[in-house]
Amino acid sequence: MQGENTVPDIKIDTTDKSKPLQRKASDFKIRSNRLTEFAVDRDYDRCIKCEVCVRQCAFDVHYRDEEEDVIKHRPENCVGCHRCAVMCPTDAIVIQPNPAQYRVHGSWSSEHVKDINRQAETGGVVLTGSGNDKAAPVYWDRMLINASQVTNPSIDPLREPMELRTFIGAKPDNVRVKDGKLDTKMPPALEIQIPILFSAISYGAISYNVQKAIAEAATELGTMYNTGEGGLHPDFYEYKNNTIVQVASGRFGVHPDYLNAARMVEIKIGQGAKPGIGGHLAGEKVSASVSLTRMIPMGTDAISPAPQHDIYSIEDLRMLIYAIKEATNYRVPVSVKIAAVHNAAAIASGIVRAGADVVAIDGFRGGTGAAPKIIRDNVGLPIEFALAAVDKRLRDEGIRNRITLISGGGIRNAGDIVKAIALGADAVYIGTSALIAAGCTLCQKCYSGKCNWGIATQDPYLAKRVNPDITRQRLVNLINGWSHEIKEMLGGMGINSIESLRGSRSQLRGIGLTKTELDILNIKAAGE
Amino acid sequence: MKNLSQVNNPYGEDKVISACSIFGMMETSGKPISGEAAFKAVANMHDRGNGLGGGFAVYGLYPDFADCYALHIMFASQQGRHYTEQFLQSEVKVENSQEVPTRKTEGITNEPMIYRYFVYPKSDRGDELSDDDYIVKLVLQINDEIEDSFVFSSGKNMGVFKGVGFPEEIAEYFRLEDYKGYTWTVHGRFPTNSQAWWGGAHPFSMLDWTVVHNGELSSYGANRAWLETVGYKCTMFTDTEVLAYAIDLIMRKQGLSPEIFAKIVAPPLWSEIDMMDSDEKQLHTALRSTYGGLLMNGPFGIVVANHEYMIALTDRIRLRPLTAAIKGTKLFFSSEEASIRLIEPELDLVWTPMGGLPVIGKIGSLPSPEDSKKRHYDFAVI
Repeated sequence: MQGENTVPDIKIDTTDKSKPLQRKASDFKIRSNRLTEFAVDRDYDRCIKCEVCVRQCAFDVHYRDEEEDVIKHRPENCVGCHRCAVMCPTDAIVIQPNPAQYRVHGSWSSEHVKDINRQAETGGVVLTGSGNDKAAPVYWDRMLINASQVTNPSIDPLREPMELRTFIGAKPDNVRVKDGKLDTKMPPALEIQIPILFSAISYGAISYNVQKAIAEAATELGTMYNTGEGGLHPDFYEYKNNTIVQVASGRFGVHPDYLNAARMVEIKIGQGAKPGIGGHLAGEKVSASVSLTRMIPMGTDAISPAPQHDIYSIEDLRMLIYAIKEATNYRVPVSVKIAAVHNAAAIASGIVRAGADVVAIDGFRGGTGAAPKIIRDNVGLPIEFALAAVDKRLRDEGIRNRITLISGGGIRNAGDIVKAIALGADAVYIGTSALIAAGCTLCQKCYSGKCNWGIATQDPYLAKRVNPDITRQRLVNLINGWSHEIKEMLGGMGINSIESLRGSRSQLRGIGLTKTELDILNIKAAGE
Repeated sequence: MKNLSQVNNPYGEDKVISACSIFGMMETSGKPISGEAAFKAVANMHDRGNGLGGGFAVYGLYPDFADCYALHIMFASQQGRHYTEQFLQSEVKVENSQEVPTRKTEGITNEPMIYRYFVYPKSDRGDELSDDDYIVKLVLQINDEIEDSFVFSSGKNMGVFKGVGFPEEIAEYFRLEDYKGYTWTVHGRFPTNSQAWWGGAHPFSMLDWTVVHNGELSSYGANRAWLETVGYKCTMFTDTEVLAYAIDLIMRKQGLSPEIFAKIVAPPLWSEIDMMDSDEKQLHTALRSTYGGLLMNGPFGIVVANHEYMIALTDRIRLRPLTAAIKGTKLFFSSEEASIRLIEPELDLVWTPMGGLPVIGKIGSLPSPEDSKKRHYDFAVI
């Protein structure tokens, strides 16, 4: 029911079937061999022709036909972001996957047919954004967490202390004490109040407002955010105490002040969404401000090479790690981030031996601003396996306690975090969940620069849709909510500090997993 | 004992769950005393055990062989004994050996053969290890590799006696009234499984460090993972085993004090550390960030001893009971105050230590109750 006459009751005459509608050129879609992905369903009885949808959609789905005085749409442009449906003041719009599918086929899904058509039209690579959306098993959902009964009491986090403080950095093998005082020089470490960090998302891929909101949320929460490979905007130096800066293959925005502003420097070797390939920020997203931050000309494509061209081997990595340590006077830990790939365990072991203080592993469900769809959907490993394998290898080799292990790529909730830490992570990186809190609906069109939610765009008209204060608060709320949930689960297990969960795989049981999968995760089956 | 894990953990549990009574008695003058008061005290806590494990550690036990490592070994077969003795003959100098005297005791069944060997490491053995490290390696080798043999005590001038039964029955079985020692620690066990094995009883020991433990470490998996990373091999699936390894690593190998050990396994809360002065804060932060995997989380009360110390500690939120008391030069620890009152009705001092604060008795010095009565700050902000 609408309120009393807040919405004028306007009758639209388009349903009059007595006179055939004149069809104009603008009514026809651009010819394509593809069915549209989404169907736009407009309830003309509800539509008040306010044009909110027209203004909200950067993909030009909605338009006003002046002649007929009616709002029409071009469903072939729709990306399924639902911005129009959410913003429509009368809920007149429903966006849904196009109910018309090609003939059902067990091998050739409509998605395959559409992709082939798209490539037949363009001869190009199908691009996408966000993380792998395929139905590969999510192993987080196939692990269950333990709780205490009788023999050890559970602890109530609302009444008793529950500690989540975590240290990111290298650890010595032992601590010496002399006359009751510390007699060991401790390696540099980041102290974070929760085992959750915001993962690398560059300014350029996302808007100024979103990066600002993330930086402020990290500051308020006592954790860190990561600049990604896009440099550090001059305005964001004020958040430097909560900043991790990245050195990636394009070396965008890397200079001495940048390195020295950070609390940690991360060498980015790979990204879970696109292991083995570089990055590409379209020229349309390289605004004046992005150009300043990345130190590249405005409007040019920012192309990160696939490898770092000064790292063709593990000893080269060691040289870069120590070059950064020298440049920062050994004040900050150096992290090396790799994508989860088949031999991640051996690579991680090499990274530790090369002198990294932190190893970050990014699973194949991790997000991206732009990646070839074929790579995103087919290359890499689930983070659960990679994390389990890396932690085990480092333990077998006796070097796990020396470094910090961060895992990311598909962390969706507090349960995933507890499971990741029980599998051996010290902390997790979250990216996609943070962007969802900022409004993202996973339409996967980040690469287009036309994000209707104002997140993955540099268009000032779109970017101002994100209010940094509200978004900061939403991020803080999310992480506070997750912290409460983590504390509840820790208390349930009878432990009151996050380090007592780390690597405690006996707190996990597998459900619906094969023997091999259980062995890789090194957990028992539920009921065992 | 080749199949140690199976013997001690027949159901293949994540860990073997048990709870208990613990008791400790130290004559800080170093004068050996009879253990009979300890037998009486622990018998008073009968219902804290279920007859599936009891044991004693006694210090100052073998003055005649004070420089030898005294190996107490249980054998499940003559063959095991034969192999072990051959192994010992080839690896160490055996000064003396004998069957440990026992008596037929009601309630004690399925007893293994138990022998003791007083040994010296060979001086020409040609490795870089210290004598202590060499003996540790030898003990782990026997326990890991030789059939039907399990070394459960390996320190100098001390010994562990343990088995399946109530502690007072174990004392009777091993004729402990015939021995004297300046420190006695005692354990009565309540495993939740009905199967129990003699080697799984407490005390657990590594050289002359022993621990009796009441509780269940909820952090067992994390502690185990951390210790295995630094080279310990957990085969017993009990939380007491990880405690014993933590003691060995921190106090014996790394030479840190009992006070620091307590700060590692039962550290102050971060909210307390944040209020400390700069030096203290640095130390605690370094300990927690380095040894986080050794934080023993969940309920425990322990009495740890070696030739010099007897230390009591509970977990940092004190989920297990512990009372400390002093009478003259004698120091007592017990799960229940009544047991101490039973043997010493008139005590000079009796107090309940705060969770996470160690009570440290040392030959020649008694602890001050004040040291374990107050946490760093009375009102730690949660």
